[in-house]
Amino acid sequence: MPDRSVAPVKLAIRGLRMAFRAGEGVVRVLEDIDLDVRSGEFVCILGPSGCGKSTLLNIVAGFLAPTAGKVSIDGEEVRRPDPRRIFVFQERGVFPWLTVEGNIGFGLDRLPREARRERIAHYIALVGLEGFEKAYPHELSGGMKQRVEVARALAVDPDVLYLDEPFGALDSITRLVMRGELLRLWQAEKKTVLFVTHDIEESVQLADRVVVLGARPARVRRIVEIDLPHPRDLSSRRYLELRDGIFEEIGLAHRI
Amino acid sequence: MKARAGAALDAGDALLNCPRLAFGSRKSFPISAGAWIVPVTGVVLFLLFWDVAIRAGKAPLLPGPLAVVRAIGELLRKGFLFKHVVASLFRVTWGYLLAVVVGVPLGILLAIHRRLGLALAPLVEILRPISALAWIPLAILWFGVGDAAAVFIIFVASSLPLTVAAMSAVRHVSETHWNAGRNFGLTRRQAALRVLLPAILPRLLVGLRLALGVAWLVVVAGEMIAVNSGLGFLIIDARNAGNRYDLVVAGMVLIGTIGLALDVIMRRLERLRALQWAYAGSEGAP
Repeated sequence: MPDRSVAPVKLAIRGLRMAFRAGEGVVRVLEDIDLDVRSGEFVCILGPSGCGKSTLLNIVAGFLAPTAGKVSIDGEEVRRPDPRRIFVFQERGVFPWLTVEGNIGFGLDRLPREARRERIAHYIALVGLEGFEKAYPHELSGGMKQRVEVARALAVDPDVLYLDEPFGALDSITRLVMRGELLRLWQAEKKTVLFVTHDIEESVQLADRVVVLGARPARVRRIVEIDLPHPRDLSSRRYLELRDGIFEEIGLAHRI
Repeated sequence: MKARAGAALDAGDALLNCPRLAFGSRKSFPISAGAWIVPVTGVVLFLLFWDVAIRAGKAPLLPGPLAVVRAIGELLRKGFLFKHVVASLFRVTWGYLLAVVVGVPLGILLAIHRRLGLALAPLVEILRPISALAWIPLAILWFGVGDAAAVFIIFVASSLPLTVAAMSAVRHVSETHWNAGRNFGLTRRQAALRVLLPAILPRLLVGLRLALGVAWLVVVAGEMIAVNSGLGFLIIDARNAGNRYDLVVAGMVLIGTIGLALDVIMRRLERLRALQWAYAGSEGAP
């Protein structure tokens, strides 16, 4: 496993706070979040539902402005979304009025026609959607739509991918397959990945580091280094140790 | 963007929210030769009933179907049929096109521009319940008796539903799609063309179809007062000039048939494959 602890810091979050006005009161969602993500690192942000982790990702991506603090990427403050950093929604971000091809080529309109066609074909093959080029999203399964969205993101060759519970709406088998594919793509394309999830197992299977958030207002409770090489053995002692550690951190008895 | 307007603005939504009712599920009603049997039988039975009832009755309340067919034949022979139909379609085309050109952009603007929307929404809501027929005196005052008055009435009647439909369509664009567009670095202009327009098109088409129905509904009323040609004029003239009720009913049948044809054409557009996502129920539905 390459040592990412020496890679330069790609993304820095400093003193980030977010509060929403709700009726008369103010709801504090995020409080004093500090985090560094290194270039090429895969970081999972883990927290209970509704803790504000999606809000955090939306701020980092530039869709929302924080109440205080700042996010910078390569030393430059983030003020708006940018095609160098693509946000992958839970398959809902696929444009239903475009075919698979049209979606994957969405961010490529500056390329000459031939280069665009090649790039689209490359990413269709990469996510295994050959034969579905002309299909519309409503004709595809949830997992295939998710692949379209990932391919659309990768096609513009971004440095950073933001994934907001990308596999949450999929069935458990498809979810496992998609995790494997995401890791394969991440290793092949060397992206920095920020991945939001509420699934402890998912975070330990995927991440270099897991950032555990507390309930509202969310703060960083702990950052867990996952020192396991890929592909990970999900029955190894170390894997179980790390997983159980996080279970305890979040305060759940994992016996049913 | 997210704020929902009053319930009145969502009139067209009921249609989209129960797609099976509004658009017909292809599974339960396959568009095939066999599907025509039931409706055609219904029409034939109705005509038979009509004919028998007229023959049996002592003082006929209206001409029978054969008399109406003969009346249509008479109109056709004398060249009136073509003349009146074209006159009506001409007025509808102009009034409706004008309404589309004004009403749709206005609706989009009111939905996108929050403050402007808040300022003008009450005005739209007050104008909406006013029947287009109430505008006839003003139309005649402004445009005199003639085509322009009829076109204006059609414009008034069909532009407001279009404005409301466009507003509702824009409000239903998913925030995720907006954000995805921004993420890929689209300018406002590009976002309008590549996200907004395709996203609102299905809802807008429903609005366009309903508004065309309204335009066709209103042209008859306009022609009864403001002009001396068209199907509306035919009906009123047939009565005034000699109590030719066979011609009156012939005019009614023509109006209904052409209205149906217009509706069928608009529904065809809704079946385009690229639009099916909005009617299929799951993907991108609000």
